[in-house]
Order: sequence, then structure tokens, then C-alpha cells
Amino acid sequence: MSNIEFVRTEMLPEKEPPASTVGPIGWMRENLFNGIWNSIITVLFVLAIVWTVLSLLGWGIQPTWNAKSLSECREIIAATGYTGHSGACWGVINDRWLQLLYGFYPLDANLLSAVSGASAAEILADPRAHVATPIVMILGYWRLNLAIILLFVGLAPVLIERAPRKLLIVTVLFPFIDVWLMWGGSIWGPAMAFVGFVLGYFAFKILAPIAGTLIAVIMSAVVPIIWWLFLSGSAASIFAGSPIDLTLEPVSSRQFGGFFLSISIGVVAILGSLPLGIVLALGRQSDLFIVKALCVGFIEFIRGVPLITLLFVANNLLNIFMPPGTNFDVILRVMIMVTLFAAAYMAEVVRGGLAALPKGQYEAADALGLDYWKAQRLIIMPQALKISIPGIVSTFIGVFKDTTLVSIISLMDPIGLSNAIRANQEWNGIVWELYAFIALLFFVVCFSMSRYSMFLERKLQTGHK
Amino acid sequence: MKKSVILGAITVAGLAAGAATAGTVDDVKARGKLNCGVTTGVPGFAAPDANGNWAGFDVAVCRAVAAAVLGDGTAVEFIPTTGKTRFTALASGEIDLLARNTTWTFSRDVDLKFDFVGVNYYDGQGFMVPVELGVSSAKELDGATVCIQTGTTTELNLADFFRANNISYEPVPIETNAEAQQQYLAGACDVYTTDASALAATRATFEAPDAHMVLPEIISKEPLGPLVRHGDNEWGDIARWTLNALITAEELGVTSANIGEMANGTNNPEINRLLGTEGNLGEMLGLDADWAKRAIMVEGNYGEIFEKNIGLSTPIGIARGLNAQWTDGGLIYSPPFR
Repeated sequence: MSNIEFVRTEMLPEKEPPASTVGPIGWMRENLFNGIWNSIITVLFVLAIVWTVLSLLGWGIQPTWNAKSLSECREIIAATGYTGHSGACWGVINDRWLQLLYGFYPLDANLLSAVSGASAAEILADPRAHVATPIVMILGYWRLNLAIILLFVGLAPVLIERAPRKLLIVTVLFPFIDVWLMWGGSIWGPAMAFVGFVLGYFAFKILAPIAGTLIAVIMSAVVPIIWWLFLSGSAASIFAGSPIDLTLEPVSSRQFGGFFLSISIGVVAILGSLPLGIVLALGRQSDLFIVKALCVGFIEFIRGVPLITLLFVANNLLNIFMPPGTNFDVILRVMIMVTLFAAAYMAEVVRGGLAALPKGQYEAADALGLDYWKAQRLIIMPQALKISIPGIVSTFIGVFKDTTLVSIISLMDPIGLSNAIRANQEWNGIVWELYAFIALLFFVVCFSMSRYSMFLERKLQTGHK
Repeated sequence: MKKSVILGAITVAGLAAGAATAGTVDDVKARGKLNCGVTTGVPGFAAPDANGNWAGFDVAVCRAVAAAVLGDGTAVEFIPTTGKTRFTALASGEIDLLARNTTWTFSRDVDLKFDFVGVNYYDGQGFMVPVELGVSSAKELDGATVCIQTGTTTELNLADFFRANNISYEPVPIETNAEAQQQYLAGACDVYTTDASALAATRATFEAPDAHMVLPEIISKEPLGPLVRHGDNEWGDIARWTLNALITAEELGVTSANIGEMANGTNNPEINRLLGTEGNLGEMLGLDADWAKRAIMVEGNYGEIFEKNIGLSTPIGIARGLNAQWTDGGLIYSPPFR
């Protein structure tokens, strides 16, 4: 008697899934070729992408790095037998990349001449003929490079959790040291500006227990302003004559330019606009009528006016309304205007974060008996800012890119410089190479900011989803 | 209309402010530097090189004035200005002298309260067309598309010219010269019109310059010259006579090469007066006797400056034409030094 029942006694080994559903092939079938129309569209797009990349490479890969003029570029390209529409002339980048980065900032010729043995005058006439280009960049512009390094070191404790806390000293000091490095002159000027902040801090510390918070806050603003307006200048000049003085060759703002100008305006605007924006956002939600009216008025006015208008005001009008002889630095004016502009947008972004918080959070803070500032600092702001990170970073990136508008008011940012470079007959007619280089510079910075913000979002994710 | 009222108002405010200060020449001497407004870059007229040193035809005027006043042709702070910022920069006192390809017009001189101190380049608006278009005169351009920079006098001149000749055109507005080159080469317009000097500079950069021609018609007068604020005549005189000294030097054959020899005294009394070995012209200007000598030594006389920056030996290759000395049939003419 045969037993037709069959019960498998052991599991079959798992089979590989069919080759057409896994791996790259499976992915392509699933995503690129599922159906006739998708296949057609895929093929068309692949062809378009390949064609674009090939023509860009054909244009871009040209042995023109050492050319000295556009006509020389053309000779080199013709000699290679390239038959496309036109080839890139990278000689202009080779010739001008230091200028595109640092503008007209004066080289430290003495240092370079000590390194190379050539005289300072020879160095100034043509630095790259005597010193290797990377050394010109690192040592010749050491003041700007050091300023950037200090900026990163100073920001490290804010940006990176694991950074040693002692670096916070750098965070407090670097704005003043950077100003000194960039503009030069005696170190006592920035030092006395720093003293103003210290005075404000102590004014608050001393007055808060005696006279109450409001008076202390007001005095912590008034004391430094009095110091800066009337006393710090004479104090700085007294110390400047003393033997303990560090002096760098002064550099006028007009010599700032290139990507460094974009960075300095951008960094000031970014660092200034966040605190200012938070204050404005809180002010807009305040119960105090005057504070609220001022904040709303400021935000709506700035948001209602194009940045370019504010820049024109900064550049043209302020000059005329100020008493003759006052020399209010043009770059400082632009920095202030861009910061105010960014702050208004930042305020609205932060307000969005505040509005997204459930009311219970405010009530919980009250129930714990926290006062307004403590509630903001410990409960409201950490949550509101976390929600607003994408908006905040978008504003940062937008402001940084908006700095290119200063070329309209004849500051020599990379865009302004590209025009000035074309005004040399040897490079007249070159457009795309310069824009490609500038785009690359901006892309690196903006992309890094964007990636950092995504990293921050993931890190601060506390699992409400 | 409203714009010009505002512009006028701020200019007046600037002047009222400016009048309260000391003379410009004292300011410049106290500062030790001449603040000179130039373009943000026009080929041949002003451009920074790879090391940030400015050079060009307008820049040479700045350097000559700095040399005359301060004794050093490098004591100049070059302040790049755009077409939009140049007049307020001058009116507000941010710059002492504007040498920026600026056309001398009635309203700029009178309404905006500036003083043009002379003409250093006689320009005029021209047309560039591809040879294959087959036209030989601007009057044959009926129905053409024209690349034109917006917001400049060239736009108005163009409209006037076509209306006067009763032909039509289609404008293609562009913002900068670089954009115009691209558009024109890409065939977005049949004709590119701007100042003839800029056309020459642009054409020189083309891969095949011979495939393009500049039409013979010059449809406007564009006398370009340096300018100063109204009301400070001592400063205006210095700028005016520095420019005239460069022009006179060419007329009299004083060059940067032979000036050292000529400064020892010559048989020509005008050269002697110019170079300060006779008379007291420098003293009348409030400067020393060597002022003109220094101005000429910086970059040479007018002709040398022209040849070095925009002349036939340069890639731009502009012939003297109207800008020849009056003795050679041009318009460059300086009042006598006496």
C-alpha cells in the first residue's frame, strides 16, 4: 500500500530571488524600465544626459591652463584639432584665481621676500614669478587665511558637540581678532571694542540684583555705547603709543574683494542675523505694545523692500546724509544692511518655529515657575529652533548667495571682478570659464551648509515621528 | 521726472555738505591719496591686472593728476564705480575726480552740478555687423534686430537715428558688454551698437574679427572726459590743466623719454613755461613749478598714453581719428600755456 501523502520533513534551502528582480538589474526594471513609456523616457533622458556631459567635457577638457590670453587659448585649441563649437580657456583662471579669491588685498611682500630672497618690490610686481603659487596663497595672504581658520575654530564649539569646551574662549575672541587681522592697524582698537562688551556684561551682573532685570538690561546696552562713543577711541590711542602694541599694516575696505569679500559679508550677516532674528521674532510675539510695533514695523518694512534698494541706500544715500568728512566704511555699511535684511527673514522663520510649538509647552514652562527668559532658553527656543533648522539654513544660504548683489554697487566681489578681468584685452570675451569657477566656489560653501543642516536635523531628531 | 528731482535734491544736499569742507586739493594733500573714480572695467580705459594694479586710458588721467598734486603717480585710490553709482560717488565727496568714460552732456554739467574739465576721448556711437549680412551703411538696416545696452544714451541715440531715417528696428535689450558679445555672436541680433571704442575692443576679441565690420556711420557725439564737483574751482583748474598739460606736451613734442633733457631748459618758451623752468604757472595753480613735468613723466604725454592703452599697437587697435592733435586734423586741442 502506497502512501500518497507527502510531508516535507526538512525546509528547502532558500533560493536566490530571480536575477531580474534583485540587484542593479532588478532595480532598473523596477524603476527605469517598468512599462513601455517609462522605457522610452529613460532612454531619451539617458541620451540627453550623455550628450550634455560629453559636450561639457569636450568643452571643458582643454589643455589651456597655461595660456596667457584668449587668442593663445584659441591657438592651443586649434592645435589639438578640436572641432567642437568652442573650447574652454582655463588660462584666465590660472592667471586670476588668487584675485578671484582674495580681491585686491595687499600681499605681505616682506614675508614673501624673506622666504624667496627676491626684494619686496619684485614680489609686488609679480609675486608668482618668484614664489611658488601655493606659498603666495598661504603666506602672502596669511592674515586672511588665519582669520578664516580662527572663524572655524571659533565656531567649532557651536557646531560640533565633541569639540573641547575650552575653544569657547576663541569663540568669544575671534570676531575681534579677525577684525584686527583683516583691517590691520593697532590691536588696541578691537581690544577696546571688546572691553565695551565686558563692561556691558558687568553692568548687567552688578545691576541685576540691585535694580531689577529691566534696568540692568537697559544699562548693559547704554554703558557699552557710551564707552564706544566717547571713551574707547582715546583709550585705544593711549595704549597704541605704549610699548605693548601689535600693529599690522592697515588695509582699507576698498581693497577687499573676491570670494573673501563674499565670505566676510556672508559670515557677518549669518552670525548677526540669527540672534537678531530671534529677538525680533520674540518681540513680534510680545505683549508690550511698543516692542511689538517696532518689531512688526521693522520686519515688514525690510521684507517689503528689495535687498538691492537697501544696498543702494547704503552705498549712495547714507554718504550724502552724513556730515561731510565722516568716513563710514562702505563695507561696514553693506554688512549692516545685509545683516538687517537677513534678520527680518530670520525673524519670520523663527516665528514659524514658535508657532509650531503646542501651547502646552508654554503652559508647562509657566507651571514650572520659570520666568520669561528661562522659559525661552530652556523650553521654547530649543524646540522652536530645532523645528526651524531647514528654514534657518535656507535663509543662510540665500543671504550668502545674495552677497553677489554687491557687484551692482561696484564692490569687487567675484561677479564684479569677472567684469574687471574681462576689461583686460587679453581676457576680453571670456564668460563661462569665470562663471564656472565662481559657481564652484559658491557651490562648495552652500552645499556644505546644506549637508551640515541635514546632519544636525538627524542628530537632534528626538523621535516624534 | 521724479528720479531727476530726487537726484537733483541729493546732489544739492551733497553740494551743501561739500561747501562746508576745505578745498578738495587740501583734502587730497592731507589724505596723501587721490580718490579717483574709474569704471569697474572697460577694455583699454580702466582695468586691474592680475596683481590688482589698475591701468588704462582713464586711469592714466588719475595718475597724472595724482603726480601733479602729490608728486606720486601711484598715490591713487581707484574706486570702481558703475553707471549707477558714479554721480552720487562724486557728489557725496567719496571721490575727488571721476575719470570714467563719462559723456559730457548739458544736463550732467548743469543739472547734476558737475564740471567737466575737458575731453580726453572723442567717441561716438557706431554699429557692428557681420560681413555676411551684406550691408555697407547703417541706413540699410531697416528691420534689423539690434543689441543695445539699456539705460544709456546709446539707446536714445539709436531711436533718434532710426526715426530720422524713417526705418524700423527691433531692439534686443542687454545689460552689459559681455552679454552683448555673447548675444551678438550667438546671432540673437544682427547689429550691435555702442560706442565705437567699445566696438573696436569687442571686435578685437572675436575668433574671426574679419567676419565682422564696423559701419562707417557714427550717429552721436560722445565727448568723454574727467569731471569734478561744481563749485571748487581751484581743484577743477588743477584737473583741467593737468589734462591740458598732457595734450600740450604731445603737441610740443615733450615725451616721457626726452622730458628730463627738456626740463633743463629749451629754446621754446612754451615748453619752458609748461615744465616750470620759466614763469610761475605752477604757483598760480597752487602747486610747485614741476607739477606738469611730474604729470607727464608718469605715463607720458597724451599721445603716448593713447598708444599704450588703446592705440594701433595694442590689441584694441583704435586709430587716432578725431583724437589726433588739431595740427594733425583731429579735435585734441589745448589752450596755450601762458
